[in-house]
Amino acid sequence: MKLDAKIPEGPIQDKWANHKMAMKLVNPANKRKYKVIIIGSGLAGASAAATMGELGYNVDCFCFQDSPRRAHSIAAQGGINAAKNYPGDGDSIYRLFYDTVKGGDFRSREANVYRLAEISNQIIDHCVAQGVPFAREYGGLLANRSFGGAQVSRTFYARGQTGQQLLIGAYQALSRQIAAGTVQMHTRSEMLDVVVDDNTAKGVIVRNLVTGQIESHAADAVVLATGGYGNVFYLSTNAMGCNVTAAYRAYKKGAGFANPCYTQIHPTCIPVSGEHQSKLTLMSESLRNDGRVWVPKELGDKRKPDEIPENERDYYLERKYPSFGNLAPRDIASRSAKEVCDEGRGVGNTGLGVYLDFRDAISRLGEDTISARYGNLFDMYERITAENPYQNPMRIYPAVHYTMGGLWVDYNLMSTIQGLYVIGEANFSDHGANRLGASALMQGLADGYFVLPQTIADYLASLGSDHQRTPIEDQAFVDAEEAVKSQVNTLLNINGRRTVDSFHKELGRIMWENCGMSRTKSGLETAIEEIPRLRQEFWNDVKVNGTADNLNMSLEKAGRVADFLEFGELMCRDALAREESAGGHFRAEHQTSEGEALRNDDDFCHAAVWEYTADDEAPVRHREELDFENIKLATRSYK
Amino acid sequence: MATYKVKIWRQSGPNANGHMERHIVKGIDGDMSFLEMLDHLNEDLEEQGKEPVAFDHDCREGICGACSLVINGQAHGPETTTTCQLHMRSFEEHNVSEIDIEPFRATAFPIIKDCVVDRSGFDRVIQSGGFVSVNTGNAPDANANAIPKPEADTAFDAAACIGCGACVAACKNASAMLFVSAKVSHLAHLPQGDAERRERVHSMVNTMDKEGFGSCTNYGECEAACPKSISTDNIATLNREFIRSKVGPTT
Repeated sequence: MKLDAKIPEGPIQDKWANHKMAMKLVNPANKRKYKVIIIGSGLAGASAAATMGELGYNVDCFCFQDSPRRAHSIAAQGGINAAKNYPGDGDSIYRLFYDTVKGGDFRSREANVYRLAEISNQIIDHCVAQGVPFAREYGGLLANRSFGGAQVSRTFYARGQTGQQLLIGAYQALSRQIAAGTVQMHTRSEMLDVVVDDNTAKGVIVRNLVTGQIESHAADAVVLATGGYGNVFYLSTNAMGCNVTAAYRAYKKGAGFANPCYTQIHPTCIPVSGEHQSKLTLMSESLRNDGRVWVPKELGDKRKPDEIPENERDYYLERKYPSFGNLAPRDIASRSAKEVCDEGRGVGNTGLGVYLDFRDAISRLGEDTISARYGNLFDMYERITAENPYQNPMRIYPAVHYTMGGLWVDYNLMSTIQGLYVIGEANFSDHGANRLGASALMQGLADGYFVLPQTIADYLASLGSDHQRTPIEDQAFVDAEEAVKSQVNTLLNINGRRTVDSFHKELGRIMWENCGMSRTKSGLETAIEEIPRLRQEFWNDVKVNGTADNLNMSLEKAGRVADFLEFGELMCRDALAREESAGGHFRAEHQTSEGEALRNDDDFCHAAVWEYTADDEAPVRHREELDFENIKLATRSYK
Repeated sequence: MATYKVKIWRQSGPNANGHMERHIVKGIDGDMSFLEMLDHLNEDLEEQGKEPVAFDHDCREGICGACSLVINGQAHGPETTTTCQLHMRSFEEHNVSEIDIEPFRATAFPIIKDCVVDRSGFDRVIQSGGFVSVNTGNAPDANANAIPKPEADTAFDAAACIGCGACVAACKNASAMLFVSAKVSHLAHLPQGDAERRERVHSMVNTMDKEGFGSCTNYGECEAACPKSISTDNIATLNREFIRSKVGPTT
C-alpha cells in the first residue's frame, strides 16, 4: 500500500491557494457528463451533494434514513468554530490551526488542519447566507461563545441545536438541487459494497431497504460521507443507525483504515441508568462554560449535593488545570472523571457520575440567563432523569461520542482506492488523536462545501476525454452484487438462537472494558481473543427473522453488527500497536507520574494505516509519518 | 417493574390489510424510554422466532424527527415531546397500563410496514421552495447584515421544526400547514429569505396541496402535538405571506 499524502509545496498559508491553482478544472459543459455517487447525507454528504449539483455534476446521493434531513449531524448541539475574531479577543486562522493541532495531541496532518482553519470563516458566511439562524447579540450581529481547548471565543451557535440548523441549511441546499434535477436522492438505501476494479472505484452496491432489492450503481467517482463508528461500543451518543459498514467494506476492498483506535469519549453525558439502555445522551460541552465540575472530597460520601459544604467539594478540573479549568479538552476531562470515580468518589446510585453544577452561575447571572443559554439542554436532562438541574447539579459521566480515526485520505481527501473519496467524520485527517469541541461541524462542512468539490475535479479531469464509465453489466459489479446477496441470504438462513442485539451488546462490553477510556496490553490482547470467538458464534447462532424482500430492520442491523464484529478487532489491534498515550488513546502503561498522557514522538509520530489482507489473516500496519514544520512538538499542557 | 397491555398496529406491507396485535410486555422500568419498551417487546418477539414490529427511530434524542407513533390516540403520546424522549414513568405515574400504538395516519403518509410511514411528501414540499438560492462560495461576510435579535429569535423558533409529521397526524384534516408555515416563517423573518418570499410561499402551498395534505380549519391540535412547540402564529404568517404575494407591492 502506497501512502502519498500529496501535501502541496510551499509555506503552510499558501498551500491550499497554490494547490487550487495547480489542479485541473472540468469545464462547465463537461461537468454534467460525470456522475458522482455520494453515500450519506449528513453535514459532509449533503453539503458535498448540494455543491456538486450547483456546479453542474450529475450526482446520486444515498442515505439509509427516510429523509436526508435526519442524518446524525442533526444531533450536534454546541456549535461550530471559525477564526472570524469578531469578539476581537486575539483569534486568527493561525491560532485556530494551532489550537486544533495541539488539541489533537500532535497526531493530525498540519496541512489539512491549516486548510480547515482557513476555510472556517467561509463556512459561517455561507451558512448565514442560507438563512441559518445563528445566535445574535442585541445589536443584530453574530454571537460567540467559548469552548473546550481554546482561550478565545470562536464558537458560533444556534441555541443548543447548532447541528440541526446547519444540517437543515445543507438539506435545503440539497433539496434545491434535487428539484433542479442535478441530484438524484435515494432514501432508505444502504450501501453494502463499493465496486473496485484495478484499484479504482467504479460504483456501489446498494440495498433498497423498502423493497429489499440489491442494486448496482455506476459512477466516475464515489464519495463516502458515512460518519463515525462509535456504535461499535453498542452504547454511545450516536444515533441507532450509525454504523461502520460502508467504511469497513471499502477497507476490505483496499482502502487503508487510519488510526481506528482514536475514539473520543465525551465527558458530559447523562450516566447509564440500567441494563435496558439503548443509547446515551450528550449534554453539550458548552455547559462547561457556566457549570462547575466536582465530586465530594471524601470517599463514598452519600450526602445530597446541597448538604456537602464548599470546603468538602473537589472541583478537580479547576484544581488540576487552573488556566483552562472546566474547559479542559474532552479527553482530559473524561479521564479525570474516570479517575475520581475509580477512586470511589463518584456520585449517583452507580457511583459512575460526577456533578456539573450551575449553582454559582445561577446566583451570579440569574436563572433566566442560564435558561436562555441552555434551556433546551436543561429540559432534555430533566426529561431523561426526572431531576431538575436548576435545583440540583446535573450528574454526568463520559460516553463514546466521536471517532477521530477513519479511512485514510490524502490532501485531496482521496483514499488509497483511486476515485474513492472520504469526507467528514468518516475520514481521519484533521483531528489527530482528539477532536476539540465545535470542530466536527466545521470539518464536515469544510470538506463538503469547499474542499471535495474542488479536489474531485482534478481527478475527474484526469480521466481524460475518452473516459468511459464502467457499465453495471461488468463482471466487477456482477461479482460484488452476488457477494452482497449471498451475505444477506446467509444471515437469514442461520436460524440460530441469539438475537442480533445480544451480540452487539456483548461486543460493546468487550470494547468498553478493553478499548475504552483506559487501555492496557493485557486487556487488548484479551479482546483480540474474545472478539473472533464472538464473531464465530454470531455466524453460527444468530437469529434473523423475516425475509429479504421487504423492510427488515433486523436484517439491516445484522449486517452492521457483522461488520462491527470484525472492525472491533481492528480497533484493538491498532490500540495494542500504538505503544504511547495520545489524546483519546490512553494506554495505562504510558503515563506521567501525574497520570497525564505520555506520548512517544520518537516511535509514534505517525498515522497508522491498516491494510486488509484476508479474513483469516492479520492486517498489515503501514505508517504515514507526520511532519510538524510549523508547530513545534510539545507536551500538551492545559495547566 | 411494571407490566403493560400493548396493542400495536401490524401491517406486512403497503397494500396489505393491517390489524392491532395484542402483547403483554413485562419487566418495564420507569426510567426506560418508550422506544426501549418497544425494543424489549421486539427482543421477545425475535426470541420466539417472530418478526419484530417495524417502527422508525434513529437519534433517540428528540431531534432527528424519525420517530413517529400515535400513542393512546395522541401523536408522540401524552407529553409535549417526541416518542423517543417519552419515558415509561409517564405511564406509571398516571397508572396507565394499557397502551395502543399506531402509525401516523394520513393519506399523504402511506404506510410502508407496521408503524413505518412514508413522509417523503415533506421533502418534496421543501424541494419546491423551502430554501435560499445561494450557491456555495458567493456569500458576503456573515456580519454584513445585522438582524435584530427579536427577528432572529422568531426565525429560530420556526426553524426548530424537526419535520416529524406529528402536526399532520394530529390534525383531523391531515393538514401540513404547521410544517409548511414553519419553513415559510423561518425564511420570511430573515433578510436572506426576502428575495424569494413570493415564489416560495406559492410553490410550497401548491406542493402541499398536490401531496394530498388537507386544509387547515384552525383546530390548533397541531401545535398541541408538536414536540418542539412550533406556534400556530406561523400559520398566520404563512397566510399573510400568501396574500401579500398576490396583492402586495412587488418589492
